[in-house]
Amino acid sequence: MKATRRNFIKQIGYVSIGFSMVGTVGLANGGFMPIDKTGSLLGTPDKDQINAWLQILENGKVKVLTGKIELGQGIRIAVAQMAAEELNTDLDLIEVNIAETGVTPDEGFTAGSSSIVSSAMAVRNAAASAREIILKIASKKWGMAISQLQLKNGKVLGPEREMSLYELLDGEQIEKTIAKATEYKGKTIRKYVGRPIPRKDIEAMVRGQEVFVQDLRFPGMVHARVVRPPSYTAKLVTINEAELERSPHLLKLVRKGSFLGVLAEDEYQAIRLMEKAKQLAKWNAPERLPGNINVKEYLKTLPADIETHEEKGDSDTSLKQSKKQLSASFFKPYLMHAANGPSCAVALFKEGELYVWTHSQGVYPLRRTLAKLVKMPEDAVHLKAVPGSGCFGQNGANDAATEAALMAIEYPGRHVRLQWTREDEHGWEPYGTAMIVELKAGLDENGEIDGWKCAIWSDGHSNRPNGNPNTLLPAQFLEEGYGHPGIGYRGGAVRNAIPYYDIPNLKVETHIFQGPLRASSLRGLGTYTNVFAIESFMDELARMSNTDPIEFRIRHSNDERSIACMKKLQEKLVGISIRGGEGLGLAFSRYKNNASYCAMAAHVSVDKITGSVQVKKMWSVVDAGETINPDGLKNQMEGGMIQSASWALKEEVRFDAQHITTLNWNSYPIFRFPDTPEVEVEVIDRVDEPPMGAGEAAQGPATAAIVNAIFDATGVRIRELPVNKELIKQAKT
Amino acid sequence: MTNSIKLHVNGHEHEIEVALNTPLLYVLRNQLQLNGPKFGCGLQQCGACMVLKDGESVPSCRLPVSAVSKSKIRTLEGLADINGSLHKVQQAFIDEQAAQCGYCLNGMIVAAVALLEKNDKPSDDEIRKKLALNICRCGIHSRVIKAVKKAASN
Repeated sequence: MKATRRNFIKQIGYVSIGFSMVGTVGLANGGFMPIDKTGSLLGTPDKDQINAWLQILENGKVKVLTGKIELGQGIRIAVAQMAAEELNTDLDLIEVNIAETGVTPDEGFTAGSSSIVSSAMAVRNAAASAREIILKIASKKWGMAISQLQLKNGKVLGPEREMSLYELLDGEQIEKTIAKATEYKGKTIRKYVGRPIPRKDIEAMVRGQEVFVQDLRFPGMVHARVVRPPSYTAKLVTINEAELERSPHLLKLVRKGSFLGVLAEDEYQAIRLMEKAKQLAKWNAPERLPGNINVKEYLKTLPADIETHEEKGDSDTSLKQSKKQLSASFFKPYLMHAANGPSCAVALFKEGELYVWTHSQGVYPLRRTLAKLVKMPEDAVHLKAVPGSGCFGQNGANDAATEAALMAIEYPGRHVRLQWTREDEHGWEPYGTAMIVELKAGLDENGEIDGWKCAIWSDGHSNRPNGNPNTLLPAQFLEEGYGHPGIGYRGGAVRNAIPYYDIPNLKVETHIFQGPLRASSLRGLGTYTNVFAIESFMDELARMSNTDPIEFRIRHSNDERSIACMKKLQEKLVGISIRGGEGLGLAFSRYKNNASYCAMAAHVSVDKITGSVQVKKMWSVVDAGETINPDGLKNQMEGGMIQSASWALKEEVRFDAQHITTLNWNSYPIFRFPDTPEVEVEVIDRVDEPPMGAGEAAQGPATAAIVNAIFDATGVRIRELPVNKELIKQAKT
Repeated sequence: MTNSIKLHVNGHEHEIEVALNTPLLYVLRNQLQLNGPKFGCGLQQCGACMVLKDGESVPSCRLPVSAVSKSKIRTLEGLADINGSLHKVQQAFIDEQAAQCGYCLNGMIVAAVALLEKNDKPSDDEIRKKLALNICRCGIHSRVIKAVKKAASN
């Protein structure tokens, strides 16, 4: 009997290879989401089953399902390469379905450089497992030894016969879950894996095809804008609805507590209505932010929860007895994700079911949280991830999706498209928190580090949707009173706080506060500030011990892979000439102390009259274990280096007593083309090691290398970001 | 209140009913259903919405549609030839894999096409200067420079 979707559903829990009768789901057909409750019938695919990750389609293609979203990190091509290799199947025969509730596995969030580690590895396991099962079936069916058979381009080939996988599996029931495969072709053959296979989506982008959530269009779709309050805690007192309703373009004013939104047929009219509503709304908006303050000083005055994160040996005694001591305090301001394309979502409420198209990093966690907010059962809420602009952590994606849903419920039967404005994104996204890191270290008689103390002041680093609606921005303005989401995930602050070096006596202490601004995950979390501080400090300590900065780091390392990265970097820097007013700086870190290794160098040129710094060139050497796609890995590293340089030299979220004041690209400048350095990345590929993501590996070392280069050029030690030109103007050298 | 207006876009003349102060970007995206020009800031600060207006790359997010009725507008979609062969700048972006999220690519490509039409051998600095309005958050700048130089050499 041919497997139908019905018996496929019945057998869930047993069937390991499924037949999708739905066919292609992708943006090519308008982000099609089957509005027939199929998703909720299927439930969440079981990650232990092959068919959660891989389905053989009737058209001879293989569909790979990932619970991650494509955000420019190249996960689609990486998972396709994994499947192609294990199934020996041309990449053109592989389709990738990104995160969608009820369709793809629940992989939590697309975050923490984990797309490769979790999703691509799961696909590899599922595909290798599927290959072995398929060959066994063919061997049994044809009475041939497995050694006589091979898989190629969606077919099983034997001596003088072949059959498509779809035909071969017709009616078969394979009651097996993913097993550890006896062989991974990706580790041996490497026809697809480990090669710089180009991404397919770039052609769609350069042709202006429908790629992004912003590009979705549905028949009868209406346009929405949110009428933003003047501050985080503002309450709507009144709005002259009658005046607003005089506009023939207003379809609906959505008012839920202090949440206000407008709907119109035409997008530009929605913008005009939003502007008009802003003028007509009266708010009670007390000034609750600490305006006009030194943020660094202010943060230390906040009540803090103090904990010892790590204690080894006796750092106090060691510091007292050390021959030379050093102490310094480092500061990083609030930074924004500042996505190039402001957040956007489309929502539809129809027959009691809610559908949302979103660039959220976590469709399942968002569904859990959104369902609670709108008081609907989870299985009546369907979310489909559609690529958005690169977000580098939690930007406004979840909030825009929630706001679109709130408005769609008030305007049933038609798709509601909400596009955030630039001011919405700059002013309301959850920022990367400001942080202070204070370090003390002592050198022994051999010039080696014997004692180290670190104290960190930080907000929590992650307030992602966690089931509590208060993690979603509009919840703050509804009548229910969901309250402040609090500090959130504390563990972000200590990420990379322990130096990845041999230090006998060590103490790391955290002071976690609830800061004045809305904050959540930004690329690398606390790693950025911790590595900036540690690697600046290592540069100073190396100078104190009169040792070459790379040699100094190598002397404190016992991990061969760290040392290999640093030595490779040293080779790359041979013959670099540094002229007057220029400097070269170095840094190293291993992301999370257990993921990718990265050694970094920066060459800067400093204008001591104006204090401006130009980063001329940056080099990095990265070891991310087994490389899946070297060009994708380089692209992530290059982007991280340039973005980190921008953070270091330009960026700072500012605010007054009312709200954020850095609301556009003039008040919150980031690197533009004339600012950007040339970047060069070298990959150390280690086939026998597990692959690791590298999306966040460059952030810390890149900034540290730049400030160390500024010191090399000027003798000025930058310990507060962004780099202050006034300090450089005071340089004596 | 809407009016009828004629627009020349990608070699075709369109007659559109629209409020005349509507910025060109919204007309291109909504009335003409083009995906190339993107909304990035609405403030002419980021270049995501760039189009070629009589050969010049300009942001379209604040340009009233009434001001361009006599212009020839070319968008990203109008760069490939009628057989679908890509413009050399588009091809070079693919060859160099000059994208991460790709949201900025429209503006980058449009600005690069405008540059190469005036200067067929731009230096790195000339490319940086011409693309200075174009914001990219992913940090693909060095790939874009390589792509533009590659297109120039083809």
